[in-house]
Amino acid sequence: MSTAAIPETNAPGFRLDLWWIPRAIVLGLIAFAIFGPLTNLLLWTVAEKWYFPHTLPLEYGFSYWGRVFSPRGNAMESLTNSILVASLTVVVSLALAIPAGYALARLRLPFRAAILFAFLIPQAFPNLPVYVNIARLFYEIGLNGTIAGVVLVHATHGLVYAVWIATAAFAAVDAELEQAARSIGAGALRAFREVTLPLAAPGLLASAIFVFLESLDEFTGSYFVGAPDVNMLPLLLYTAGAGGNYQVASITALLLLIPSVGFMLVVERFLKSDVLSKVGH
Amino acid sequence: MPKRLIGLVLVLPALAVILLLFIVPLAASVVGAFEEKNSYGLGNFTKAFELYRSDVMFTVMIVSLSTVLIGLFSIAIGGYLTLGENPRAVAILRWLYRWPMFIPFIVVGQVLRTFLAKNGLMNNMLVGAGIITPLQAASFLDWRGIVIAFVWKQTPFVTLLVAGAMASVDRGTIEAARNLGASRLRILLEILVPQVTTTLMVGLVLSFVTMMSVLSVPLMINAQSPTMITADIAFRINAYGDYGVANALGLISLAVTACVAWFYLRHSMKERA
Repeated sequence: MSTAAIPETNAPGFRLDLWWIPRAIVLGLIAFAIFGPLTNLLLWTVAEKWYFPHTLPLEYGFSYWGRVFSPRGNAMESLTNSILVASLTVVVSLALAIPAGYALARLRLPFRAAILFAFLIPQAFPNLPVYVNIARLFYEIGLNGTIAGVVLVHATHGLVYAVWIATAAFAAVDAELEQAARSIGAGALRAFREVTLPLAAPGLLASAIFVFLESLDEFTGSYFVGAPDVNMLPLLLYTAGAGGNYQVASITALLLLIPSVGFMLVVERFLKSDVLSKVGH
Repeated sequence: MPKRLIGLVLVLPALAVILLLFIVPLAASVVGAFEEKNSYGLGNFTKAFELYRSDVMFTVMIVSLSTVLIGLFSIAIGGYLTLGENPRAVAILRWLYRWPMFIPFIVVGQVLRTFLAKNGLMNNMLVGAGIITPLQAASFLDWRGIVIAFVWKQTPFVTLLVAGAMASVDRGTIEAARNLGASRLRILLEILVPQVTTTLMVGLVLSFVTMMSVLSVPLMINAQSPTMITADIAFRINAYGDYGVANALGLISLAVTACVAWFYLRHSMKERA
């Protein structure tokens, strides 16, 4: 009896959960499917020489980084253009979205649901035929191949995030605070600027980041409206990759990847659940 | 000024941008599809079908297959996140699955082009593990590469929606079924999935539309024939300046999307009736 009891007394502390074997295999496969390709990209950014049939690069180094970031390289120009366009897109989108979002959240609007829905239209149709015709239209009025043209295209697409999140952010601010400010004598604009706007700021910041990333990553619109006059990072990635220069393409891809993944890790800090629960209402 | 008018004035600039920069060009693409040299007709469509019939079929099949796979994976992941009994495994999965969500399509194209190539990391690891010999290593950069890219990128987005909807399903029903001895797979298929169908369909329709208009992935992974309609549109314009056939192809992709949207709307009407 006593010998048979030994494994039982040991059991709680040392019991191996056999279910961890299938769990570990499945989780491992998912991790490989997600991080395998990303690891491959990282290897390419530091590979000096790598060809078939070698499993790993033959030489490592940062010479391609130097080439990408050299003042003569067109990567710096693309990076500057991309950041400039993304920043301007944020300014244009928010300038349009803050008044619209405030009106949609606070004022009684006729056809409110239809108006909210209208901003969703650019997400609901394949964009390529639209970009093709915008490019044609812009060509006639001289906007094709200009920064302003690319900004307008990106802003159209960014408006859905900007307006929807701004509406939710304003809806999450207690309307009574603004009424209180009005009742002690603040004008409508002052009450908005000093009470409502600061309280809605985190949500607006989240929408700004969304619009910024959307613009930074946009390829199709930049390809038709911007190229070849306005060089942007996604276009550089595409041409470098098409020319077989996987190192430059991978470094560019990494530059685009860092802000996107960084945002994914902090998005919940900006978009609190009180705002999220109001999106689309 | 009456209050309603102020509201409209505040919304108007944003609406004008959507109208001028999206709806007008969309209308132009529809009209342009029927435009011929001096008249209107179906010539562009005849030409588009003559040249690209196989590409249209190819596109519909690739996007449909990807949509089905995305649906299956998102149900599986969402289901485990909701019903999984080991908190640590659930936490790991929750941390893992969303990584590709914010990665742009153009980066996905580049990342998978190097990963799936003949000497990519995937084949190298399979060879290293002794699963295949170096001679058996094949490039996945054809239709399979496009499907893998779409599923890789879009699954987290649909899963996020589906898992959110599953989390708000009444726990009491699940516990009751569990107490009566129902397996977790049965709970997933008979209780959870029917209750999140609407969310799942919305996510899948949005993914379908997105995939129909992605240009970078087909250009980077598989630009040879047969390829996707988007690559053909870009080629028609860059090589020939042929807006007629490009717009006809665009209208075909709009029509495919409209079919899917119609299918979804009919389904949701039936649900409500």
